[in-house]
Amino acid sequence: MSDSLNESSLRHLARLACIELSAEELDRLPARFHSILGLIDRLQQVDTQGVKPLAQSFDLTLRLRDDEITTRDQRAQFQSLAPEVADGLYLVPRVIE
Amino acid sequence: MNLDDTSLRMLCAGLRERTFSSEELTQAYLQRIEQYNTRLGCFITVDPERSLSQARAADIRLARGEGGPLLGIPVAHKDIFCTEGWLTTCGSRMLSNFVAPYDAHVIQRFKEAGSVILGKTNMDEFAMGSSNETSFYGPVHNPWQLTHVPGGSSGGSAAAVAARLAPLATATDTGGSIRQPAAFCGISGLKPTYGRVSRYGMIAFASSLDQGGLMAPSAADLAWSLGTLTGFDERDATSVARPEEDFGAQLEHSLEGLRIGLPRQYFGSGIAPGVAQAVEEALRVYESRGARLVEVDLPHSELSVPVYYVLAPAEASSNLSRYDGVRYGWRASQYGDLNEMIARSRAEGFGAEVKLRILTGAYVLSQGYYDAYYLQAQRVRRLIQQDFLQAFEQCDVLMGPTTPSTAFRFGDKGSDPVQMYLSDIFTIGVNLAGLPGMSIPVGFDGQGLPVGLQLIGPHFSEARLLAVAHGYQQATDWHARVPGRGEQA
Amino acid sequence: MKWEMVIGLETHVQLATRSKMFSGSPTAFGAPPNVQANAVDLALPGVLPVPNRQAVAQAIRFGLAVGAQINPRSWFERKNYFYPDLPKGYQISQYEEPVVKGGVVTFALEGVPHQVLLTRAHLEEDAGKSLHEDFHGRSGIDLNRAGTPLLEIVTEPVMRSAAEAVAYARTLHQLVTWIGICDGNMQEGSFRCDANVSVRPQGQVAFGTRCEIKNLNSFRFLEQAILHEFERQVELLESGGKVVQETRLYDPERDETRSMRSKEDAQDYRYFPDPDLPPLCIDEAWIEQERAALPELPAALAQRLQTRFGLSVYDAGLLTASREWANYFLTLMAEGTLDPKLCANWMTGELAATLKRTGREVQDSSVSAPQLAALLRRIQDGTLSGKMAREVFEIVWQEGGEVDALIAARGLSQVSDSGVLEKLIDELLAAHPAQVEEFRAGKDKVFGFFVGRAMKASEGRANPQQLNELLRRKLSGS
Repeated sequence: MSDSLNESSLRHLARLACIELSAEELDRLPARFHSILGLIDRLQQVDTQGVKPLAQSFDLTLRLRDDEITTRDQRAQFQSLAPEVADGLYLVPRVIE
Repeated sequence: MNLDDTSLRMLCAGLRERTFSSEELTQAYLQRIEQYNTRLGCFITVDPERSLSQARAADIRLARGEGGPLLGIPVAHKDIFCTEGWLTTCGSRMLSNFVAPYDAHVIQRFKEAGSVILGKTNMDEFAMGSSNETSFYGPVHNPWQLTHVPGGSSGGSAAAVAARLAPLATATDTGGSIRQPAAFCGISGLKPTYGRVSRYGMIAFASSLDQGGLMAPSAADLAWSLGTLTGFDERDATSVARPEEDFGAQLEHSLEGLRIGLPRQYFGSGIAPGVAQAVEEALRVYESRGARLVEVDLPHSELSVPVYYVLAPAEASSNLSRYDGVRYGWRASQYGDLNEMIARSRAEGFGAEVKLRILTGAYVLSQGYYDAYYLQAQRVRRLIQQDFLQAFEQCDVLMGPTTPSTAFRFGDKGSDPVQMYLSDIFTIGVNLAGLPGMSIPVGFDGQGLPVGLQLIGPHFSEARLLAVAHGYQQATDWHARVPGRGEQA
Repeated sequence: MKWEMVIGLETHVQLATRSKMFSGSPTAFGAPPNVQANAVDLALPGVLPVPNRQAVAQAIRFGLAVGAQINPRSWFERKNYFYPDLPKGYQISQYEEPVVKGGVVTFALEGVPHQVLLTRAHLEEDAGKSLHEDFHGRSGIDLNRAGTPLLEIVTEPVMRSAAEAVAYARTLHQLVTWIGICDGNMQEGSFRCDANVSVRPQGQVAFGTRCEIKNLNSFRFLEQAILHEFERQVELLESGGKVVQETRLYDPERDETRSMRSKEDAQDYRYFPDPDLPPLCIDEAWIEQERAALPELPAALAQRLQTRFGLSVYDAGLLTASREWANYFLTLMAEGTLDPKLCANWMTGELAATLKRTGREVQDSSVSAPQLAALLRRIQDGTLSGKMAREVFEIVWQEGGEVDALIAARGLSQVSDSGVLEKLIDELLAAHPAQVEEFRAGKDKVFGFFVGRAMKASEGRANPQQLNELLRRKLSGS
């Protein structure tokens, strides 16, 4: 089904996943990927015509909650975990629209 | 107090009869941790002061005659469960500074039961691994042979229980992460039915597969504490509301007439001789107690590994997107723009296996591949689930080896990830079908490493599984064996 | 060449729930940054979403209001992309199977009935906000809005003019506020439109390449943005260029659209069913329950106002602009004795003007419907002139009070007693013989002089119609 992953498609995946890859990783990963693709490509041989996909481990239906406010302001506690905050805001390098 | 030869029932009785206090008991375990943890690497965080203060609080309640079966009992928690005020790392550098601001539902239940938090146990990073080698905090060593892995991802919990550094530990199982390390470390482990245990506050790996569970020396210990672990939680939309069960009370159950299904696919080639032999002997024990062996078929079982390695990475790639260095967790110190800040924080915060799985997940969900991989895997997942449901029309419980081999040496699986993945071949199907599964120790191989027997039951049949395991453990004493913990003999 | 414009709209309607789509945080607008972002909204490790039943109920109500199919089994999916105001790194939305399928919105444009077909409406959560004011050269992230429930309503590409698109959007706005699922506040972003615009030569069947213009939060911007985008695309095509499929942002200050990102580096969102959320099942009983809770819809009510009360299409339209407005009118009608046209005129005239002047909504009007009814009753029975009634209206607005008591206390009733008026006129004519002569000599303007004097003498209370009649008769000497 899939050709082994070349460096450019690996870079594309890394962009999607937002992970910077080192030269060493770009070098090492294709072989590992190749092996994984070999494993998962076995699925292509299975006849699944008429089989409904199973998303959960068994067919559950969704439970809903009442429209109630159940939380209080914990900003100070939550922001004590943040790398950078000011005036109640989380700070990041400038966002360009 | 002989911590090598005790049970939760005995510890509970000791506390109630004031033979020892929770503080003394906790202190005794903390001393053992102090003594062995450097060698074994079971715990990422221990905080004796805090544990002892919880123990003293439990002692007050004990004195008042309050509480249930776990009041005052020290319990080790896998570092995947958010624990308020405790460092909760999930085995990752990404969360190396994350002091959880809230309790996971599981932690909350154990706190309400009055148990003492003994520490947070080591694990494969974000539960991705079968050997505990992917932890940012270093490997865990198998207490039977320090040169060998304890299994994963709940390797810290398994080794801690095996070495009797804790009488009970929480753990999680996404593809075998309770049963495989339980087998490798010679203890009893239970992964309940999907939906039994709330996933709230349990750091997500693959949401449709993750399930919290327990590890202890014996099935009786598991039954003693399972009621504390389970229970409906409205904060988890997949939590299933069930009437409360007293698992301990259902433990004594005759094995007479029990129909044990032996999946053909679990007894093929590729099973290490030592494993095959121990499992055969265990089955003979069951037969001698009146159980009947039935051969059954799980025709798609071989496909469980590829299905899993599509679905779990897909879910994981999305679940782990929240770690972006904005609100908490690791942030790179050097970066240019916003995108680089996020991409580098993730590059530095995640280890190699986690990155590999995130990239795999992104791949199988990406445009043009979704149908062929993700949807196809979900369809095969249904076939695998149907196999199990059909098998349970012929038997009450399925049995087979938990793993094809016993614990392997560090580094033995080489650099090919699939070699490692294939070691989960017998455990993964249970997660895909959402079934409850156990592993119990049934002997040793030629190297003196423990062998695990896997027990699989229909949905919500935990009580039955525990009784079946307990029946075996009454006839044998493998579960009572204690490893050398690396001490010179 | 003549060009035809093709428009489809995607509207994000913020649902009127107390708590968020998947968490128990409040949704109120205007709180200090991040105080309404709880562990779930912040995507702390281990947290899980649980959907808000009320948001689903509101989606059902919307579906019923537009005659759509309510999907018995829909599900939530994850839309994956990285952005600092999206804490989980994915947005929970619906993709393959939305909660509402199809439906139609109808309205009249310059008297011509129009129908806009809907593709779907789906539930999703809003993102937070990035603030770009200077925080030492950095952006600030406020996640209060993250997780707020949205219903995204998508039309087919069936609109052919900016005016039609605006009329659709206004009708939709009226509808979602009418059925109580949205507060409709466009400044606060409760109702935002994205417009998909393409052009094609008149008569061509195939669609042109479309551009999406994002986040249009006023009807005026919507109209301007569409017109500008149309011009831009036509110019491009006529100069031999090609339209590139892309997302564009409307800049109201420069009145132009500019490119945000093109399809080339388009995101691959890797949608997949959210494994934390099993399928959303909606049974008939729930649908019927929501149907029963649905008020009479504006179009049906407008029709009823025309047939039952004889109002014009125009007045019926004005009176059904909002549910509160319509209820006000229906309260007046409940009196049973008031002239519908008089009521309509007062509401769309004096009341609307005063509300506008004071910046209030009809539900906060200082003159309640029963008070206005009492006032109009006194116009109908001749007690008050129109002018006096406006005076009383103003007093009630300012000071409150009961209309009849006010009229009595201030002596505001009209003098309609012809004996009293005749006496007054007789005295006036006797006092100004010269002016009487002038009038009789044909100087008609003097009539106004007498009216003014008579009004003054009656302290403004003379029934003007009656006064005119009597005065003319007496001046003519008959």
